[in-house]
Amino acid sequence: MGPRIGWFLLLAAGAGSFIAVGPAVAAGGAAATASETLVEAEAPPFSEGIFPCSSCHGDLPKNGERRELAFHDEQQSIFSHDAEHRWCLDCHDLENRDVLHLTSGAKVKFSESYLLCGQCHGDKLRDWRLGIHGKRVGRWDGAKTYFLCVNCHNPHAPRFKGVAEVVVDGKPTVAPTQEFLKPEPRPRRPEEQRQ
Amino acid sequence: MTSPRLPLLRSGEPSPRHPEEAVAGEALSPGRRAFLRTAAAGAAMAALSSCGTGVEEFFQKHFKELKPDELARVLARIERRNRERFGRDTKVGAEGPRAGVFFGYGLDISRCVGCRRCVYACVRENNQSRRHPQIHWIQVLEMEKEHGVDLSHADLYYEADAVPRPGKFYFPVQCQQCRNPPCVRTCPTGATWKEPDGIVVIDYNWCIGCRCCMSACPYGARHFNWANPTLAAEELNPDEHYLGNRPRPKGVVEKCTFCIQRTRRGRYPACVEVCPVGARKFGNLLDPESEIRRVMETKRVFVFKEELATQPQFYYFYAT
Repeated sequence: MGPRIGWFLLLAAGAGSFIAVGPAVAAGGAAATASETLVEAEAPPFSEGIFPCSSCHGDLPKNGERRELAFHDEQQSIFSHDAEHRWCLDCHDLENRDVLHLTSGAKVKFSESYLLCGQCHGDKLRDWRLGIHGKRVGRWDGAKTYFLCVNCHNPHAPRFKGVAEVVVDGKPTVAPTQEFLKPEPRPRRPEEQRQ
Repeated sequence: MTSPRLPLLRSGEPSPRHPEEAVAGEALSPGRRAFLRTAAAGAAMAALSSCGTGVEEFFQKHFKELKPDELARVLARIERRNRERFGRDTKVGAEGPRAGVFFGYGLDISRCVGCRRCVYACVRENNQSRRHPQIHWIQVLEMEKEHGVDLSHADLYYEADAVPRPGKFYFPVQCQQCRNPPCVRTCPTGATWKEPDGIVVIDYNWCIGCRCCMSACPYGARHFNWANPTLAAEELNPDEHYLGNRPRPKGVVEKCTFCIQRTRRGRYPACVEVCPVGARKFGNLLDPESEIRRVMETKRVFVFKEELATQPQFYYFYAT
């Protein structure tokens, strides 16, 4: 009888902990399981002096007409994100310059830009939440840091080219580059091993 | 044509002795036997010391038969040897497999750009010989999109200013940690085996350097230390595992162990962490919520050289 009661208690305890913990969803974008903790990596830095946008736009008249801008050449010159159909205000908000907006009009903080990406790239967002798309570092059995879309893709020219290590607020993270990666040296051929 | 004559015993001569009598008899006296034993042991020790192996190493039991105190002595001895060889303190562990863990590795071919960051992160993490011989556990093959995964159109030695190159894709190959490993079956000394968590390991103290495993491996994943490994003391990774990245002697085979010194402690392998495109996935195949299981359940997955029935734990997949 003793072992049977023991098994029952063990099973009951197991079921209880499952119900208590359940599948949790992290505060950030990626989906966490009961046993793991997910930490969001630092987003890459804004161009120097550009944020908050309202520091300049607060005093400018609001013009929602699609046009060639006299400023923001850094973004305009590289813009290749379905450029034929899209422009700044498809993502940036005209009313509140310091946030982004979804197609529904809902405002989204810059730190949650993955929600914007997921409007069109839903399959990637789904894979990213599960840890299939994108990169994670840390522990396979516990706490890990996940990188955001904007750590690897420049939203104005999102095709992946390369990434560079940067430090934001004293924390190391990565930022996308416009240059492709150069490969590390090739291995030595067998006949070169003795040289 | 006379047949050779057999020697005949004449009467009066002693009859031939039974072999047991010969051994036990006065011809080999106890004193002489003791002398021969000592001489043989001395010769063996002289031979051992000349080839750089200590007596303790030579008589070390198989890893699986070591008792905890014996294992502790072995690890302490390796740390002492490391200090003698590199002048640095190292920590050599021997963490065992965890219950309920069976490792799986995924590599997204549609993401890999062939930058070879993984190759050198692996070299640094696992204390491989840098030159003479240069040993890389990961080999990145450049293949042509036109031909698909085809070894007759693969280039290991590609050089480029920028990757990926047009029309090419990249196919990194390392130990596939087969469930049916031909290398293990061929080892004559039992120096390599598959652990319960799926990692195929090598005991460098039991490897005799015959390289049978290298010829058996269809993935070219095993590498031989033809010379004393060249590894500068300042480049030594002091965080080591007995079955993994501890510095190797000359004349033994080595291979990828999924970074056993990291993964047995819960960390991702070094190649996973360094990959700039996030093409490498790692986790517990028995955990339905692990990244690797999600890959296997939702993506197009294949194993390399499936027709050989090696049943790898290393999966290639296309996430697009």
